[in-house]
Amino acid sequence: MSTTLDAVHAPTAAAPAPSRVGQKITFAKAINLGLRRALEQDAKVLLMGEDIGKLGGVFRVTDGLQKDFGEDRVVDTPLAESGIVGTAIGLAMRGYRPVCEIQFDGFIFPAFDQITTQLAKMHYRSKGRLTLPVVIRVPFGGGIGAVEHHSESPEALFAHTAGLRVVSPSTPGEAYTMIQSAIASPDPVLFFEPKGRYWEKADVDLDGEPSLGLNKARVVRAGSDVTIVAYGPTVLTALKAAATAEAEGTSVEVVDLRSISPIDVDTVVESVRKTGRCVVVHEAPVAFGAGAEVAARVTEQCFFHLHAPVLRVGGFHAPYPVAKIEHDYLPSLDRVLDAVDRAIAY
Amino acid sequence: MSSTDPSTGGPLTDDGLVQLLTPEGERVSHPDYDARVAHLTADDLRGMYRDMVLVRRFDTESTSLQRQGELALFAQALGQEAAQIGSGRALAAQDHVFPSYREHGVAHTRGVDLTEVLRLFRGVDHGGWDPVANGFHLYTLVIGSHALHATGYAMGVQRDGRVGTGDPQRDTAVAVYFGDGATSQGDVSEALVFAAVNNAPLVFFCQNNQWAISEPTTRQTRVPLSHRGTGFGIPSVRVDGNDVLASYAVTAEALERARSGGGPTFIEAFTYRMGAHTTSDDPTRYRSAAEEEYWRRRDPIDRLAAHLRATGELSPEFEAQVSAEADALGERIRTAVRSMGRPEAVSMFEHVYATSHPTVDAERAWFEAYESSFLDSASEGSHR
Ligand SMILES: Cc1ncc(C[n+]2csc(CCOP(=O)(O)OP(=O)(O)O)c2C)c(N)n1
Ligand SMILES: [Mg+2]
Repeated sequence: MSTTLDAVHAPTAAAPAPSRVGQKITFAKAINLGLRRALEQDAKVLLMGEDIGKLGGVFRVTDGLQKDFGEDRVVDTPLAESGIVGTAIGLAMRGYRPVCEIQFDGFIFPAFDQITTQLAKMHYRSKGRLTLPVVIRVPFGGGIGAVEHHSESPEALFAHTAGLRVVSPSTPGEAYTMIQSAIASPDPVLFFEPKGRYWEKADVDLDGEPSLGLNKARVVRAGSDVTIVAYGPTVLTALKAAATAEAEGTSVEVVDLRSISPIDVDTVVESVRKTGRCVVVHEAPVAFGAGAEVAARVTEQCFFHLHAPVLRVGGFHAPYPVAKIEHDYLPSLDRVLDAVDRAIAY
Repeated sequence: MSSTDPSTGGPLTDDGLVQLLTPEGERVSHPDYDARVAHLTADDLRGMYRDMVLVRRFDTESTSLQRQGELALFAQALGQEAAQIGSGRALAAQDHVFPSYREHGVAHTRGVDLTEVLRLFRGVDHGGWDPVANGFHLYTLVIGSHALHATGYAMGVQRDGRVGTGDPQRDTAVAVYFGDGATSQGDVSEALVFAAVNNAPLVFFCQNNQWAISEPTTRQTRVPLSHRGTGFGIPSVRVDGNDVLASYAVTAEALERARSGGGPTFIEAFTYRMGAHTTSDDPTRYRSAAEEEYWRRRDPIDRLAAHLRATGELSPEFEAQVSAEADALGERIRTAVRSMGRPEAVSMFEHVYATSHPTVDAERAWFEAYESSFLDSASEGSHR
């Protein structure tokens, strides 16, 4: 297993500190710098997780942070996910702002009870007397050739639970600001990091303040014929599809949801009222996925603007497959374009 | 089954139980724990007696209210008063408690108005008290989950520099209460791991009342439950949980260890659930009348009363006074419960999030419009 995973890990060597503005940095580094900024600004911020200290996490997202902030603030926990989230809840009750790392998507389930039954409900049960500003970072999604349990997309399970916020950044710049917004949120936040994008570089304004907050979607490409709604890893696929479609004469608008709970329905609806067509793309299985929620909301609010039914592109109702065929499972550029064509032809 | 036989060191053995009062109320000496109770005056002991009587009245009164249809459910602490009052009275104001759901005695020692506990059982809220002000968290119904919250809270106490300063007003301990059944939960084991490796200022207070609904302790363990703590490298002690003095003494020791930086302790308080699991339960299906009778003769309140009588410290006047107080509490409980009204339906949308969430806001707006549509039509003379 280690060879497969080592192959996808970022290099261990710490990169030289980037200059403040416009430096090209990786997605993983952007989160790292966002975490660093939060640790610097608020002494109550703590990081907790498995192997996040000396190792810097299996994806090196927390690289160098324990060295600079100490073992009490960047905590290598026992190997127990329920324990990580459960003790984070207690720390939050005592005034801390824990940021938990779940090593991989498929290992969040031992903590599912603590997240959905305890973390999500405490503010409600206590009538607002207890707030739990806990962030749970989850590297998610596939396409990295991993062994089983390392490529899943469980976000809908958490979006289905009242009391949680669920977000996913799609670029290094968004990752840098959104992790800070998530830590600042008084509500618990599930922060889904598209692990297949960890090594992708982009310009990040390191002095930039979070401007859009956590609730809002962003129109990342304007168009007039079809709206593609995506988040996290599939935003890039959607943008590629838009570029290809344009060459074929179809104008595609791309909405990056950014947040899955809540969904910024207004931004999606505004776009679909304009284009009259909507395709939702995520890696998670289509059945009962976030796309179903988007489709229902769009149908309710854009019924007389629609030229075609809302279409969904995503994973199948099968366990995430073995690496050799994972690209047949994932929503590929071709499958997204196929849906765009079907929406146009309807 | 020989491993469960009391004579062979199974989970029900008397071996190693710390005891300061025999079931007959006779004070027996214990080399390690006499000093822990030496400062207690006759007034203190009478205070313990009073607390136990009041909590028992709370139990009987609440059970009647459930029978009358005023409460949906009730879980009695009956039989566990000594474990709860003894340990609860050892806590300091700054300490923090994470209870499960039958810790009414501990709630009482934390200054929680017991009528507030009944809001949960009546179905008007999920726990009416302020967990911060009382240093007493909400009841947790998911078995064992709160052991982790207590551990994390204790890790926070450490980070706040509130351990081992030597200042008795400042040093803080955390206590988590759970049952024999809970010891089988993964979260309790994870809590023991986290508490041990972090040396957290935490007392694991396990009330082994010998039943987890219908399952005897032998379904959870083949050795005394205190071994659970030992296995994680945590100092562990077994105490006669029907002995209020011994329960006080071992808890005081464990809390002092926690506050001074000595880390966690596991206490197994060996006691008995004299009542049903809850008002929905029927213990005749799984345990014998003879067993219940055996434990009725070991009633923790009788034990302390016998001790106080034998030492001439329980006057008929004091007994009458406590009994009058209990009557008054009963009256107050009946009135309070009957006056707990139905919450507004729209309150279900409150506090779901700390900051506004568009889905909740939209659904709330829809619900309010839907409700008021009936009001409008009602005023026009039609009906729902
Ligand atoms: C996780 C979980 N599983 C099952 C239940 C149902 N249940 C409620 S109380 C109980 C028995 C608990 O026994 P114990 O821990 O000994 O506590 P006691 O009731 O004796 O105080 C069970 C199985 C629950 N509340 N939570
Ligand atoms: Mg029990």
